[in-house]
Amino acid sequence: MLQPVTEPQLAAFRLMLRARLLDDKFAALYRAGKIHGGVFLGRGQEALSVSVGLSLRKGDVFAPLIRDAAGRLAFGETILDAVRTYLGSSLGPMRGRDGNVHRGRPRDGLLPMISHLGAMISVVNGMLFAHRLKKISGTVGAACLGDGATSTGAFHEALNQAAVEKLPLLMVVADNQFAYSTPTSRQFACDELVDKAAGYGVGAHSVDATDLTACLKVVGTAAARARAGEGPQLIVAKLLRLCGHGEHDDASYIPPEMKNSTLGRDCLKVAEEYLLQQKWTDAATLATWRSEAIREIEDAVAQAQREPGPDPFAEKWNAIASEHLNETHPQ
Amino acid sequence: MSLTYLDAIREAQAHALRDDPRVFIYGQDVGDFGGAFKATKNLAKEFPGRVLDSPISEDAMVGLAVGAAIEGMRPIIEMQFADFSTVGFNQIVNQAATLFWRTGVSCPITVRLPFGGTSGGGPFHSQCIEAIYAHYPGVIVLTPATVEDAYSMLLEAVALDDPVVFCEHKFLYRHLKAEKLPSEALPIGKARIAREGRDLTVVTYSAMVHEALEAATELSGEGWEIEVVDLRSVKPLDTDTIMASVARTGKLLCVGEAWPWGGVTAEIIARVASEGYGLLDAAPQRLNAKDTPVPYHPNLWTAHRPTAVSVAEAARKILRQ
Ligand SMILES: Cc1ncc(C[n+]2csc(CCOP(=O)(O)OP(=O)(O)O)c2C)c(N)n1
Repeated sequence: MLQPVTEPQLAAFRLMLRARLLDDKFAALYRAGKIHGGVFLGRGQEALSVSVGLSLRKGDVFAPLIRDAAGRLAFGETILDAVRTYLGSSLGPMRGRDGNVHRGRPRDGLLPMISHLGAMISVVNGMLFAHRLKKISGTVGAACLGDGATSTGAFHEALNQAAVEKLPLLMVVADNQFAYSTPTSRQFACDELVDKAAGYGVGAHSVDATDLTACLKVVGTAAARARAGEGPQLIVAKLLRLCGHGEHDDASYIPPEMKNSTLGRDCLKVAEEYLLQQKWTDAATLATWRSEAIREIEDAVAQAQREPGPDPFAEKWNAIASEHLNETHPQ
Repeated sequence: MSLTYLDAIREAQAHALRDDPRVFIYGQDVGDFGGAFKATKNLAKEFPGRVLDSPISEDAMVGLAVGAAIEGMRPIIEMQFADFSTVGFNQIVNQAATLFWRTGVSCPITVRLPFGGTSGGGPFHSQCIEAIYAHYPGVIVLTPATVEDAYSMLLEAVALDDPVVFCEHKFLYRHLKAEKLPSEALPIGKARIAREGRDLTVVTYSAMVHEALEAATELSGEGWEIEVVDLRSVKPLDTDTIMASVARTGKLLCVGEAWPWGGVTAEIIARVASEGYGLLDAAPQRLNAKDTPVPYHPNLWTAHRPTAVSVAEAARKILRQ
């Protein structure tokens, strides 16, 4: 019989493992030239991301960003949706019209990010605001961001807006030390990003993102406070990005000392060691989880690769829903 | 009783709020104060909790509207001036305008832009930026020229399943009056023949319709009959009505208060030149504002944008060919 604390940790770990293996597969497909466009991984960010996804329920809103494979799986996105989008299957949620991390199902509360950093936060606000108007209570919304994106005007406007409206927003910032190649010293001048919370009048939470136990606890607490009506909660999690900005980038600008510091620990390894040390699981179980995940991923890839890409001749080349207003003249 | 263009906009919003519980209004000072131009006067009182002041955050205002639309609401966003909508530009053209195409989920938001010049407005309170929105796929851009259209088109905009940029002309706000609100209207996407004529087609929209009509009256005294086409919506553009008019007159002048470069007038001339070349018996012309920021002083302002005098002059040049 598992302890109440161990069960969520095992479930979280299993999702992190699936996300890591899925990311590894995308990296491999990218290197093999099987993916059009970029590939963006969440390596090292799984503990934080999964904690966000697990803190949400059906009816909540989630706006993941580029490094949130784990959170997406935790929120209920299928591996097949991810694979179909990366491989451009016309049967995926984006039907080849958008790709890679720009995917979602808005009706299920999973927002498909646009590339413009910071732009999804106010959209989450709008959904929460609509819940209020529709008298739906007890929901929360999470928006994920990197340290670099906190410098955008959109971030400022949206966090302030959420605070003014006292919306149940989880503003999750993964401070992974770099925005593409730019170090945080060129991004902001306050000591800690979380210090900004006071200025906005929102809850403040810091966490070591290499520590799954801490992430589950801190994100869970923040979500509970938002759900209880205490307004927006800013979570700043510290880690190091354990990959390039995208798979095209070798990240040679990251100093080795940083990689070797505690900040550079791999949250998946840390969690695995902890679970084994606590004897909450054993190596054989982990090996089974790994092979099950790999099989699921390989099946999804095999399926998506057999599926048709979008057909430019069958494509309806209109961008509006009001079909009667489509321009009929050649342009 | 007589109603202004501004009254019509207020009444359309009241009507939408009354008929559709999904509608709400969000913008700077729109609540108890009733908006910078009073387009939401008393609405906060009549519809408690549904007409809300926003912080000065155009990006987040539009973003919030998109989120609410995903949840099935029909938000109306008031920009205090069209000029400031550029701060929310990204959310309009990249978030709202792409949502349906990317996901199949429609984005019924209406963004009201008090636009266009009034004397003394200056460079940042006078702009006509309909063309930059029309440039992006996924946006409907409306430019009503009459009290009746201001009312019926705003109601229709709120009912549409797409993002609408509703350009309401500040000069027309108090200048235009009508006896009553219309019960029937031309649908969005159809242009209107504001005056019939046989010698020259003037295609225009919004406040310039009235300058063109004044010019047409003057020219009729000189024996010329000018046909004035009021586009009503610049996107979609009613190319059929334009083409049919040019087929009758053989001559085209496009008039816009916006800057010339890559704008609505350029688009119309491009379409007529390529699809209706054989209909023309003179080179198509256009008249726009000068390619500078909008000047503050009335001496400069009246020379900056087209007026009935300059429209008539441009028309004469074509007619004398
Ligand atoms: C508004 C905007 N500007 C620039 C970019 C290009 N860009 C994409 S990701 C990125 C770096 C993001 O860094 P950060 O927010 O720290 O997130 P991380 O990649 O570290 O997870 C940049 C500059 C963008 N997507 N959006």
